[in-house]
Amino acid sequence: MTLAHVIEWLVKGLVWVLILLGGFAYLTLLERRSLARIQVRIGPNRAGPWGLLQPIADAIKLIFKEEFMPEHADKLLFTLAPIITLTPALVITAVVPFAPETANLNLFGREITWYIADLNVGVLYIMSIASIAVYGVVLAGWASNNKYATLGGLRSTAQMISYELALGLSFAMVIVLAGSTRLLDIVESQTEMWFAVLQPVGFVIFLIATLAEVNRAPFDMPEAEQELASGYNVEYGGMKFALLFMAEYDKMIAICILAASLFLGGYREPWFLRDTVLGVNQTPWLGPLYMFIKVFVLLFGMIWVRATWPRIRYDRLMAFGWKVLLPLALVLVFLTSIGILLAEQIHPAWLWAVPLTSLVAGLISIAGIYASLRSKEYARA
Amino acid sequence: MDFTLLLFFILAATAVATALGLLLSRNAVYAALFLVLNFAAIAVFYLLLGAPFVAMTQVTVYAGAIMVLFLFVIMMLGAEKLPKGEVLPWQRPLAIGAAILLFAETVLLLVQRVRLTIGLPDPGTWENSMDSLRQMAKMLFTDYLLPFEVTSVLLLVAMIGAIVLTKGERVGRS
Repeated sequence: MTLAHVIEWLVKGLVWVLILLGGFAYLTLLERRSLARIQVRIGPNRAGPWGLLQPIADAIKLIFKEEFMPEHADKLLFTLAPIITLTPALVITAVVPFAPETANLNLFGREITWYIADLNVGVLYIMSIASIAVYGVVLAGWASNNKYATLGGLRSTAQMISYELALGLSFAMVIVLAGSTRLLDIVESQTEMWFAVLQPVGFVIFLIATLAEVNRAPFDMPEAEQELASGYNVEYGGMKFALLFMAEYDKMIAICILAASLFLGGYREPWFLRDTVLGVNQTPWLGPLYMFIKVFVLLFGMIWVRATWPRIRYDRLMAFGWKVLLPLALVLVFLTSIGILLAEQIHPAWLWAVPLTSLVAGLISIAGIYASLRSKEYARA
Repeated sequence: MDFTLLLFFILAATAVATALGLLLSRNAVYAALFLVLNFAAIAVFYLLLGAPFVAMTQVTVYAGAIMVLFLFVIMMLGAEKLPKGEVLPWQRPLAIGAAILLFAETVLLLVQRVRLTIGLPDPGTWENSMDSLRQMAKMLFTDYLLPFEVTSVLLLVAMIGAIVLTKGERVGRS
């Protein structure tokens, strides 16, 4: 490790954080405008053309707000909590590659790669950062010394722990399919076929579990405003609130990047374009563009979900996580492993047993949910 | 001075300091957070020793899942403020005596058995490949299969026990 290494990491990290910062600002605008469209409103359109300067206006407003501290709050943790919330959201994408190794830049005589870190335990790194991310919210809630905030924090802990299990198992499916925990290998092994096609129900589980992990609608229990005022961030204002807000949106961006890398082929082109001029092997600089398109579509999907679905009741949220997602994910890991084994031992065509069995398992569980929702016992509970 | 060695001493200081913080903190939430930091420092030790899998598992399982449950319980019960004064007055002298014994034993063992060669494995030997992970998985599922399975059954039993204990009697329902 030389000084040049350290400088490279620092510069790349700084650039990435700035990209996430800009992404956060304009994601809020995208969300507000799209929500307004869906709800037949206009949305922010005064600051700049199409409201493009709105995020900057919001930032200026938040910077000039008074920094206050609730009287009986735990001062240290109250200040630290927004930072603890934001940091995992910023560092979790450090292992994601944004272009193939053939697209490496040559700057100042050094080969600059399109990722910040190349870990052989990349997926496990993501898991560990995701499990650390719980602390920020729960500490923010507790340090405020406010019962609504504490309740919001506790709810978020319970919810995140519950859905982390299904999330981990959906990671396991990807690891089994790719035969590696390194993100570059995982993306490259999706050249033939995206894992979202090979394991469709696993992809859906990943999306649901990540929605719950970042506390987005319809799983935004920690800030259910009718019940908890605003949940864990009710006592926050000014830049501290801005940090919590930024963490929420950067987590959205991060999980969309992860979903794109783990299930949608990351920077790889759609599989049917592999041998055309649009393939990443032929024109490597298309890699980041493909990544951006996938992330944008996923982000819009999350906003769409928020506009469409009502919040799920808390007991049903827990029941769904523990009684549906977790067993289903376990079954899917088993089915995926069997499919891979058969494909390796007998004939590669057996690989297509994986999506088939996955869809069947998904349909059975949907039928099960439907039946249990119709049963009178559940309706009374 | 070697970079790895420097890193080791910084980490060791962090680990000791956070452990002390855990013991001396009068607020249970802070104590739990010190323990999280301690686990994180130990995870970096594993990284230094060239065991990234163990490091990441340490963070995920201990610093993440288990400590969050601790915090959850502390906050849920509102038990963060520890009572002043001793609950068990005979505990402190006993603990000090045991600690001195343990420390003496450690020093003795270190002096006798290990010649204190400060040579840590070079992190450069940690090759960034899947090999170490594969080897570990192979060991786990061949040579150490029985302990592995026994542990998993043990955890399952504990889990079922916890569920049975917390379930409570069902009254008034058929």
